[in-house]
Amino acid sequence: MSKPKPSEEYEKTLAYRFFRWLSGSKDPYVGEVEMKAQEEKVLPQETIIERMREAEMRRDKVYDPESNTLARAFHKIYSALAVFFCIALAGVLLVTVSYLPPSGHADNPVNNIVSERYIESGLQETGALNIVSGMILTYRAFDTFGETNVLFIATCCVMVLLMVDDAILKKQEARSDRRFEPMNDAILQGIAFVLCPIIFIFGIYIILNGHLSPGGGFSGGAIIGAGLILYTSSFGFQKTQRFFDEHIYKIAKITALCMYGLIGTYFYVTGANGIENHIPLGIPGHILSSGIILPINFCVGLEVACTMYAFYALFRRGGL
Amino acid sequence: MTFFQYILLGFLVVCAISVSFSRNLLNSILIYMSYSLIMSILWVCLESPDLAITEAAVGAGVTSILFFATLKKIQAIRIEKEKTKEDKPHE
Repeated sequence: MSKPKPSEEYEKTLAYRFFRWLSGSKDPYVGEVEMKAQEEKVLPQETIIERMREAEMRRDKVYDPESNTLARAFHKIYSALAVFFCIALAGVLLVTVSYLPPSGHADNPVNNIVSERYIESGLQETGALNIVSGMILTYRAFDTFGETNVLFIATCCVMVLLMVDDAILKKQEARSDRRFEPMNDAILQGIAFVLCPIIFIFGIYIILNGHLSPGGGFSGGAIIGAGLILYTSSFGFQKTQRFFDEHIYKIAKITALCMYGLIGTYFYVTGANGIENHIPLGIPGHILSSGIILPINFCVGLEVACTMYAFYALFRRGGL
Repeated sequence: MTFFQYILLGFLVVCAISVSFSRNLLNSILIYMSYSLIMSILWVCLESPDLAITEAAVGAGVTSILFFATLKKIQAIRIEKEKTKEDKPHE
């Protein structure tokens, strides 16, 4: 066994330097290259301003329509082309509209076997007097589920963009409590005091009667959301937070979406496999009838109301 | 009934043109709001009341309020701007 080399001698060997270079522990440029920071050239303020003015004058000269004939010609052509394209677009659209079949004609391509089926056996199969609700929530429930998901994702995106951290929000509110709150307008508060209950009850009525009368989840939810916005803008966010804060918002929104997903999945799985689903259709015209339409309307209404209010609160304040 | 509908359609065209020609953003939003309301009356005339309800709630209500909130946020409403200027010494 050979005797190990002393460390000073070992450091001079080629192998030691090679391995150090390989592991990158030594910067090969240190000590080899001249290392001196460049001096920053300091310009006096007057020079900078003069140069900026020169650049501005040059730009003005280029874009000034009076001195530059090319710019003048460009402006003229630009305006002419803008007018021309507007008229051309309007013309194309009008020509296309003139090819559309007349509204309400019997031979229209809309009157095919699909709509015939909806109209003839819609009441029997869905149990809903309102044929539109019966169509979009049973035959096309999958489409409506996608739309509800779009609303959910839209609110998520607005939250990502506009949500302010809770601590910052509290600090801002402490600095000026009038920043997000209304100025205690007596007229607004008086009108909202009368109107808000009526709006809420009308929205609930539209949601619950979605299978009997015009309307449904989306319309009723939008009305409830508008009522919430009216209440918030007249009485302030602190009073709304007593019954509708971020926690309740999250629970309501996610529960509504999951409920819709579960009901729709059950309905589709049983329907696609020819299994009898045990949801009674009830007697058409009664409030507890038409199978899955009533709970789905309720879910959609909750989702839409939450979305409308969340949009307003996030735009206005950056938090719910 | 058709005569009434033609009047409403004329209003629609006037609203649509005046939105783009109005210089004040607040006025544009108000005209847009009235456009939605006329549209919702037209939906009732075309026998689709559910669309009319949605149009009145979303088009005339929520969308315009979102526009107002945005205008206030970017301080495009001049009266609000002056009010905040007066408030600033108290902050």
